[in-house]
Order: sequence, then C-alpha cells, then structure tokens
Amino acid sequence: MRLVDVGDVIGMSKKNSNLTVIPFGPQHPVLPEPIQLQFYVDEETIVDVLPNLGYVHRGIERAMELNDYRRNIYLCERICGICNFMHGMAYSELIEKLTGTQVPVRAQYLRTIWAELARLQSHLLWLGLFAEAIGFESLFMKIWRDREIVLELNEATAGHRIHLSTNVIGGVNMDMDRKLLSRYLSDMNKLKKEINDWSPVFYKDRAFRAKTIGKGILPKKDAIHLGAVGPTVRGSCVPQDMRTLGYEAYGELDFQPITYDGEDTYARALVRLDETHQSIDLIKQAISQLPEGDLVNKNDKFPEGAAINRVEQPRGECFYYGVGNGTIHLERCRVRTPTLPNIPPLLQMLVGHEVSDIPAIVHSIDPCMSCTERITYVKEAE
Amino acid sequence: MPSFLGNIMENLFGKPATINYPVEKPPIVEGVRGEIHFDMRKCDQCQDCERLCPSAAISVDVENKQITWDPFKCIYCHLCVRSCLHKAISAKENLSAPDYKQGIKTFKTE
Repeated sequence: MRLVDVGDVIGMSKKNSNLTVIPFGPQHPVLPEPIQLQFYVDEETIVDVLPNLGYVHRGIERAMELNDYRRNIYLCERICGICNFMHGMAYSELIEKLTGTQVPVRAQYLRTIWAELARLQSHLLWLGLFAEAIGFESLFMKIWRDREIVLELNEATAGHRIHLSTNVIGGVNMDMDRKLLSRYLSDMNKLKKEINDWSPVFYKDRAFRAKTIGKGILPKKDAIHLGAVGPTVRGSCVPQDMRTLGYEAYGELDFQPITYDGEDTYARALVRLDETHQSIDLIKQAISQLPEGDLVNKNDKFPEGAAINRVEQPRGECFYYGVGNGTIHLERCRVRTPTLPNIPPLLQMLVGHEVSDIPAIVHSIDPCMSCTERITYVKEAE
Repeated sequence: MPSFLGNIMENLFGKPATINYPVEKPPIVEGVRGEIHFDMRKCDQCQDCERLCPSAAISVDVENKQITWDPFKCIYCHLCVRSCLHKAISAKENLSAPDYKQGIKTFKTE
C-alpha cells in the first residue's frame, strides 16, 4: 500500500513535465506535522503546488459514532493538542443544542476565560515557531518562556498543563476561587509586559520585515472566494470572526475583530500578535464581570435531531455538525477544523514566490495537520 | 545591548532552570491530576467507573471483587473520581512515573 501521488491522479506530472518537482515534506524541519506539498518549480520560481494530505488520519469521526456521546468530549479534546479546550467546548455546545440544555452564566464566563487562555498559548506558540522558521532562535526561546506563564495557569486551574478537561455537557466541572482569579489578573499583567518587551522585533526589525513583507500575498477577493478563515482571512482585511456570533459570554464582552490590510505574511503575523493583547483584555473583562451561580445544568435527554455549531479557534472557524437519533450514540458527527479551508489559499499564496520563501509562507497559515485529517486515500501497490 | 544586561546577569549568577531529575523530584503543583487509588472497603462494585472511563482504563471484576487500572491507558481526566457515589476513588497529587515496568495496578478486597 502507498499513498496516492496526486500528480498522477489529475495528470499534472505529465502536463508540467518540463518543470522540476520538489517534494516538501511529509517530514520537514519547518513542519510540526506531516503534509506533503509538491512544488513544480521553474528554476527558483514556484509555478504550481499540489498538496498531499492523509498521513495522520486517525478515524476520530467513526470513533465518535461508536462511543457514548458523553465520553466524546475527551475524544474531541484529542483532535488537536493546542486547541483542545475549544474542541471540547464546541462539542459540548453541539450536544447542548441537540438536547436543549441551557448553560449557566458562570459556566459560560469560565469557558470564555479558558478559551481565551487557549488562544493565548496557541498564538504564543505560533509566534515562537514563526520566529524560529525565519531564523530568530533566541526570540523563539523567549516567547516560549513567556508561554509558560499561561501553561502554569492551566496547571493551577485544572491540574494539567495542556488538557484542561473541564467541559461537561451543560456546563463546566471546575470552579475558580478568588485567589486563583487574582493570580490570573496579575499573571496577565506580567504577560502583557513581557509581550511588549519583545513585540518591537515584529514591528521594527529589518530582517524580519524583509522576510515577510510582500511574501505570500492573498488578495481580499481571493481570501473570500477561496474560503480562508481565522487570522489568514483577517490578514487580508476581512473582519470575519466567529466570536462576534456571541456564543458563550462573547456577546457580553467588548471587542472588535483585528484586521490588517497588508494581505501578506507580515499582516498575518501582526494579526496574531495583536490577538494576544486582545485575549489578555478579554480575560480581564470576563473576570471583572464573572457572576456567581451554578456550574452545570444537568439534562437527561438524549441528543435528537441535527445541529451545527461554529466556534472561533486560534486558527479560525471550527465547524461541528451532529445528528442524534435519541440513543446514547450519535448517528453522525462531522468536524471541520480551520486548517482545511486554509489550504486552498495557501496554494495560491505560494505561486510566484521563490523556494526560499516556502517555510515562512507555509507557516503563516499555522498548519495543524492532525486536526485536519478526516479522510485518507490509499491504493494497492502494483 | 543594555536591555540584555539584566538577562545576562540573571543567567550568569542565577540557579539553573533544569533539575537533576531522577535524583531530584520536580515540584508538584497543588491540585495536579495524578494517579488514582481505589479504596476497596468503600467500593460496592457498581461498575460506574468502568462504564464512564473514556479510555477504558478501568475494569471491574465483580466475581473476584477486584479492580484493575492501567496507568498507560488512563488519560487522568478524573471523571471516575468525581462520579464515584461512595467516594471510593481518591486522587493522588503526584506525577506518574514514566516506567513501563509499573504495569497494570490491581486493587483487591482483603
């Protein structure tokens, strides 16, 4: 068995036979997870790109149909390590829609705080990795050291650094006392100070700007047409943010989607940098408005009917679709994570650029392949 | 350069960030989700933990009054600890050892 060569399937290899084919991945130092991109290059310029996905397909959707729907929260959290809390939250919201459960207001606020904390650590992780991908090794270490502040808050809240596992259907299973909340506030101020310390590198450094400005152009029209999501589309000046739908406590908080009109890799980096400040601000707002009350509303109904749910993850819109049939198992659960809609824009961004620009441009969409793999193609070896 | 001086001094004269791991144990944060322990005197073999466990790490043998727990299957979500009606499952605040020899733990009624 071997993975299908996409070039063979659509006759691309024959069409571009005078071009050189450079395989990028599935294992490459700049890629945290496996995806293969076949570059058709004319000397140094990229003429065409073909993606090849499916290296880390895990069959999660099928497993979700076989599991008890209440246990799926923990499975959903394993779809993505970085946005694990948001996957758990999105799935809980979906089941709450299917069963008609109302979540208590305090639980909504707590979910919002933890979701923003997850966004914060994801963006810090990305900023560090991006700095490393374009040659800023010590900046990478500094950013990741600051990310520890968030991870230690996670540990103090729920006992684990990454997997909070605090979501249950109808609310949350952990509370935060006043002492922990004041630690959140002081740590957020500390983190803000640290971010202000290193952020001038992103705004002012000549080498950084030279490697990112004008690279990986995604015009506003194409970003909308190709269906880009998250910071990728906001870097092309489209104010698309699922948080404005007002799920959980976002409807009560004051924020505006951050957009930049650069349409290039630099704009996408700055969107993420500014969103770290926005997340800190949202956490502070949510803590100041946090009401007292119950944590969970129990509901014994089984999920019935069909529903969709959309949340804004660090990488963009995450889409959940579920069908329940009144039993303990879901009939269908579909998950579309933000990297999948960002791959067609990525292919367009790369065309016309030089081979040396590939790492920065590929990184600019924040690819998270393990979340994306919902299907894999295999064929018998001859 | 002057902005780096503070960091340089801190790194020169400060303690190392790493610890001598197997000899020295890492500090444990309060409330960390660690290993679980079954109190067999309280347990009534209702099998709720076995049904709820998301990763099927717990199995209850009602005939022999015995519970087995696999630390490597366990995802340390502590759903069993919260849901046990008789409070027979307690959680330790420790970091589980990365040791393949520790194997499956068995809890038996004496």
